[in-house]
Amino acid sequence: MGIGFSLFAVVILACVALAGVGAARFHYLFGVVIPYISGGIFILGFIWRVVKWAASPVPFHITTTCGQQKSLPWIKWSRFENPADTLGVVVRMALEVFLFRSLFRNMKSELKDQKLAYGSAKWLWLAGLTFHYAFLTVLVRHSRFFTEPIPFFVKWIEELDGLFAIAVPTVYMTDVALVLAVTYLFLRRVVIPQLRYISLPADYFPLFLILGIAITGIITRHFSKVDLLGVKNLAMGLFTFKPVVPDGIGLAFFVHLFLVCVLVAYFPFSKLMHMGGIFLSPTRNMTGDSRRKRHVNPWNYPVKVHTYEEYENEFRDKMIQAGLPVEKRE
Amino acid sequence: MLKTKPQELLKIDYKPPETSWMKTPVEFKPGTWCYSALPKNLKILGLPNPRDWQPSDEDWKLPPGWKETIIRGFKERLDRFRSFKLFMDICVRCGACADKCHFYIGSGDPKNMPVLRAELIRSVYRRYFTAAGKILGELFGARDLTEDVLKEWFYYFYQCTECRRCSVFCPYGIDQAEITMMGRELLNLVGCNINWIMEPVANCYRMGNHLGIQPHTFKDMIEFFLDDIENITGIRPEPTFNRKGAEILFVTPSGDVFADPGTYTLMGYLMLFHEIGLDYTWSTYASEGGNFGLFASHELMKRLNAKIYAEAKRLGVKWILGGECGHMWRVIHQYMDTMNGPADFLEEPISPITGTKFENAKSTKMVHIIEFTADLIRNNKIKLDPSRNDHLRVTFHDSCNPARAMGLFEEPRYVLRHVCNHFYEMPEETIRENTFCCGGGAGLGTDENMEMRMRGGFPRANAVQYVHEKYGVNRLACICAIDRATLHALMDYWVPDVQVTGIHELVGNALVMKGEKKREVDLRGEPLSGAEEGGDV
Repeated sequence: MGIGFSLFAVVILACVALAGVGAARFHYLFGVVIPYISGGIFILGFIWRVVKWAASPVPFHITTTCGQQKSLPWIKWSRFENPADTLGVVVRMALEVFLFRSLFRNMKSELKDQKLAYGSAKWLWLAGLTFHYAFLTVLVRHSRFFTEPIPFFVKWIEELDGLFAIAVPTVYMTDVALVLAVTYLFLRRVVIPQLRYISLPADYFPLFLILGIAITGIITRHFSKVDLLGVKNLAMGLFTFKPVVPDGIGLAFFVHLFLVCVLVAYFPFSKLMHMGGIFLSPTRNMTGDSRRKRHVNPWNYPVKVHTYEEYENEFRDKMIQAGLPVEKRE
Repeated sequence: MLKTKPQELLKIDYKPPETSWMKTPVEFKPGTWCYSALPKNLKILGLPNPRDWQPSDEDWKLPPGWKETIIRGFKERLDRFRSFKLFMDICVRCGACADKCHFYIGSGDPKNMPVLRAELIRSVYRRYFTAAGKILGELFGARDLTEDVLKEWFYYFYQCTECRRCSVFCPYGIDQAEITMMGRELLNLVGCNINWIMEPVANCYRMGNHLGIQPHTFKDMIEFFLDDIENITGIRPEPTFNRKGAEILFVTPSGDVFADPGTYTLMGYLMLFHEIGLDYTWSTYASEGGNFGLFASHELMKRLNAKIYAEAKRLGVKWILGGECGHMWRVIHQYMDTMNGPADFLEEPISPITGTKFENAKSTKMVHIIEFTADLIRNNKIKLDPSRNDHLRVTFHDSCNPARAMGLFEEPRYVLRHVCNHFYEMPEETIRENTFCCGGGAGLGTDENMEMRMRGGFPRANAVQYVHEKYGVNRLACICAIDRATLHALMDYWVPDVQVTGIHELVGNALVMKGEKKREVDLRGEPLSGAEEGGDV
């Protein structure tokens, strides 16, 4: 159900753009109004979500330690798997954000002949990392549309990305990688029974949406050639808040743009917010040395305890008989 | 012991059911759940809805307005715990956690995949706390809170041992233990709790320890061990109880006072402290290091834990030494100072024997016995004859909490290498931060739950079996009292030739005491294999 529904939703969305621009000629709506609205939703929504998370305190020090604690000086301490200082935490987080450290630990367990065997399972890590970096590169490459002059690193990245110079215009490696990685992420959800079982429409929808964006993007570049200068004018207009919609950009571009707008607007309300959330994860962004420094809970409230006095009152006679010291003799 | 044969139990079907998980109601099969809490225990603690009921009953006798109570409690916890709120929102269901859970590996039940166990509660979160969930419902993975959902929570949140193995592998550090803790707190609000947790909590609250050992009996029981020690070594330690002015308060789980093989570990402590002449005292009021409150709610955890500092203050000790225990150390390392500190009435811990300052415990002022003993050995303050453990081939089980909530990896290994000559590691996928639970942690180590315990403990047992077959390992060492209580049954079932031990039992065996008689048996009364010469540190 989830798969069909999500695919259907993305197809419908593409059709909306096709109809809206192709038939109804709402160029301004799809070229200017919707991009602004979705951009606004993204920025405000993202901030709102992060602020909402941050509004809840972190009452306890619940680090997940993945290495030796800092204890006695002669014991080798695992500085980045069990940090005891800010530098350690920063490196741990950087490894997590840039290299997906935890996902890299992934292994699979298999029950064979009544024995458990553990094996390497790095494909998810590889596909995840590839997907995220490819997406990032594509994003950076796209900044050529809304910057003038185009920054030097954007040109370098383009250069590097198209190194193989296959076809004209050059096929970017990251386009291929992105499509392959997303396809892998989709297929594993469908093929692995357990994963299919846990998958929600909210898992398929972003995959199809991103795949839709990638495909329409590739179409605009390689098949249904759009007027790149027109696109640049449109983008520059949007970013300088002097929107214009040049004529004759080409329908494929508007479908591409509309799907991007949907993704951007959908982002803050979806699991994609893991992008912001990962930085706030208390099991990762705290030190592991919670006996060294006291952590304060802002809502720590007094609780009912059973005092020593109450305890002694109940057991005084027995304690005296057993020769245990007591506070009061009778 | 479980009647089902191990080979039968291992016919595990990992294929998920045909029906979607939201439409697959839970079935309370005997052997896979724990009995409900007795009303008397809830009354002692002043907790809601004490009544006679069992999870297998159709009618759970929920209090009027239970749904509102839970939703209100849900909101309160979302506002109080960033972890909870975040973990409700950011999971992408990548599935990396799925086969990391010992209960999933051992049962094949998809709702034991941490991701899906969390979805059980996330689905309710979406329905009541997100706009999309309110509007789109099931399409957004949201569902109403019903009695069936509550039953499902109960079943699966008491099928999670809060071991945190999944959180090691999660790319966002989502910790199922945290989610289980919240789920159990919510269940507690409407009186859905288990006796194996609530009875120890009630006991500990009133009598100072989980087992409900009263002060005079506590002293008697320890004195009983002194007889044993005297028989074996010719030396009788002289521990003190509730003594004001002692330098150190020693707190350890009461399970080790009560049952084998923990008792041998306790004998090890007594011998060690005697040998180094430690100025310490036991307390009958704070006679519990463990804290089953952790398995029920943050509030109960705090109510029980408060005794340790209160007693340290009353007795006027300088600092606190804690025995071998798993979840106890999660509480002490990650919660105690925050909940019941600051411990400004204590001093920063310094070993009176070696002068070592335990910098890593300078705020909480509580030192782990393994850190303490490792420091003694490092400074040559005790004489050890590891050959007295030559009849043992030892492997080491990292207990979940000291591993993933502290990072106590090298100290126990250092001690082990000095007290025995035959130490073998289990496969690296099953030790240190990757360690597997005993299957009975977080208050689930009860007999009626035996099938689930054997299933959950299977990955651990299987790794033990590996070193048993490869190196002839016959002793499984650990630093956790729950382990000592549950691994025993686990080994009997899966790897019958392996016995369980605390590290300080092995220390006690190897410890060469001043003026002792020639040792012929170990602390269990079993004959030593070799002669006693040559061993030294």
